Amino acid sequence: MSIRLEHLNYIYSPNTAYEKHALKDICLEIPAGEFVGVIGHTGSGKSTLIQHFNGLIKATDGKLFYNGENIYEPGYNMKNLRNEVGLVFQYPEHQLFEIDVMSDVCFGPKNQGLSPEECEKRALEALRLVGLKEKYYKASPFELSGGQKRRAAIAGVLAMRPKVLVLDEPTAGLDPKGRDDILDQVAYLHKQTGMTVILVSHSMEDIARYADRIIVMNHGEVMYNDRPKNVFAHYRELEKAGLAAPQVTYIMHDLKERGIPVDIGVTTVSEAADEIMRALGTEISENEDMTGDGMLDADAMGGDTSDAGATGDGTPDADAAAVGRASGADTADSKNMEKKR
Amino acid sequence: MIRDITIGQYYPAKSILHRLDPRVKLVSTLLYLVSLFLFRSIAGYLVATLFLIGIIRLSRVPFGYIVKGLKPVIMLLMITVVFNLFLKKEGEVLVHIWRLSITTAGLRNAVYMAIRLIYLIIGSSLMTFTTTPNELTDGIEALLNPLNKIRVPVHEVAMMMSIALRFIPILLEETDKIMKAQQARGADFESGNIIQRAKAMIPILVPLFVSAFRRANDLAMAMEARCYRGGEGRTKMKPLRYKGRDRAAYVMIAVYVAAVVAIGRYVPLKIWIF
Ligand SMILES: Nc1ncnc2c1ncn2[C@@H]1O[C@H](COP(=O)(O)OP(=O)(O)OP(=O)(O)O)[C@@H](O)[C@H]1O
Ligand SMILES: [Mg+2]
Repeated sequence: MSIRLEHLNYIYSPNTAYEKHALKDICLEIPAGEFVGVIGHTGSGKSTLIQHFNGLIKATDGKLFYNGENIYEPGYNMKNLRNEVGLVFQYPEHQLFEIDVMSDVCFGPKNQGLSPEECEKRALEALRLVGLKEKYYKASPFELSGGQKRRAAIAGVLAMRPKVLVLDEPTAGLDPKGRDDILDQVAYLHKQTGMTVILVSHSMEDIARYADRIIVMNHGEVMYNDRPKNVFAHYRELEKAGLAAPQVTYIMHDLKERGIPVDIGVTTVSEAADEIMRALGTEISENEDMTGDGMLDADAMGGDTSDAGATGDGTPDADAAAVGRASGADTADSKNMEKKR
Repeated sequence: MIRDITIGQYYPAKSILHRLDPRVKLVSTLLYLVSLFLFRSIAGYLVATLFLIGIIRLSRVPFGYIVKGLKPVIMLLMITVVFNLFLKKEGEVLVHIWRLSITTAGLRNAVYMAIRLIYLIIGSSLMTFTTTPNELTDGIEALLNPLNKIRVPVHEVAMMMSIALRFIPILLEETDKIMKAQQARGADFESGNIIQRAKAMIPILVPLFVSAFRRANDLAMAMEARCYRGGEGRTKMKPLRYKGRDRAAYVMIAVYVAAVVAIGRYVPLKIWIF
């Protein structure tokens, strides 16, 4: 179920004053089952890129292989491709049209030629997944709030049970809880069904939390295509591209600079908390006179310590000596980083 | 795709036509359109063609782009041509198919009509290609100003026109987006009989209407929030003023009209049946 792009170019309105080279020589491979984050500044070509994945726009030049088949070959079954690659557009709530939410969610499955009962079953399942309350199922989609509409629209794509789910900024304009709900559901689906997920987002935090791999777009080109930790290591370059690494990256770099031997590769808040605990732990064992102050601050920092994800592979031992010298400064540091949070 | 519709749209370029006063362009376009119906001979068509080519060159709008604008009206053009071709019964019969016949007069009429229509569309789209909706509104408002005396709400009419023009690309873009979104959900707009196809439009039309109303509402609110309350007592930031080039343009269009009428009527040029 892989998607592979070879030297893909896309030009909007070629040969006019509005000509826009939106994608430049993109080469990518997205293996089945991966959770990929796509990030880039406004206008960098993210939406353009993902619309290629289900053949909605045809590349001006280059090839796109889905499961090894070039989708631009004449006679390629586009309908099937669109059944397998589900695309949730930016502001998907603008596509709702049916008289009630239920029928709107059924639109996709119905187009797949499923029986009404099966459509209904899938719609119910999808609506439950996105966490829309049952009382809204028979309401007109236009009566819902923005966030509820968004959920209904996402359900409309999920109901088609795609093998690849592409989401274009699904959380733009949602409150923090709504954002976490939706992304958690997507992550859950990804784990449960092994579905490939491609998530476009402006939030480094979100991407860092969920994605196995990050594709950074910059002016229509792929700038980075790597694991989150490697991408965020380039945080200065990211800033130049109008982006930023997650806050924890900055905190970890700061801590490291001030002599605390943390692994700067961690990318999420809970990993960072674990890592700081670990680093401070080392420190305590080496400096018996360490006050409890630093520990307390580090505690405040850690939200969920149960997540024993990547604890970082390369522990910088060499810095251990520096820690002793810097130990006076580290309580201030911890306060500092709390403020940053 | 649907975005290819270019009628009524502005095309940014740096040309003398773009810089002309919108009033000049409005008046000239009107004169040009009328002039197309003031002659009957091929000599007139030659003059009109030369003039049009000159204007196209001056406008710096790519020819391909202009031709693309003709696409949506091809159907209309075909119908006109077919009617003219078969329904005119005068003159010598050229071809006879079943119960229909094409006469010399029919052929002549069909060709002339097609040319006129095409020139008409190109002429008027050249105006919108080279004039921003804002300028166009200002121009229309200034030209229609005398009507204010008989209580025609000129400013409001002009504002409505410019908003309508401005909304064309926005709604096209919206249509494009919605179409794609529904296609992503498996909608099929291309196959099926007429009824099925009409039904397939519902998932596009409903969201489109909803969004059009939402946008109209938003725009109205945004205008009110900035204290817009119609034309009364409203002054312009850039009042229209004729410059040398505008006067020159008036002279040119007058010369053209005179020439096309004189040549089209009195120069006896005849090629075959035309
Ligand atoms: N339909 C279109 N016609 C012409 N140009 C377009 C069109 N859609 C996008 N573009 C241009 O292509 C470039 C890439 O647009 P795209 O929508 O892919 O950006 P994006 O990365 O999704 O941005 P955002 O984060 O704002 O959604 C932009 O410069 C944009 O102006
Ligand atoms: Mg986008």
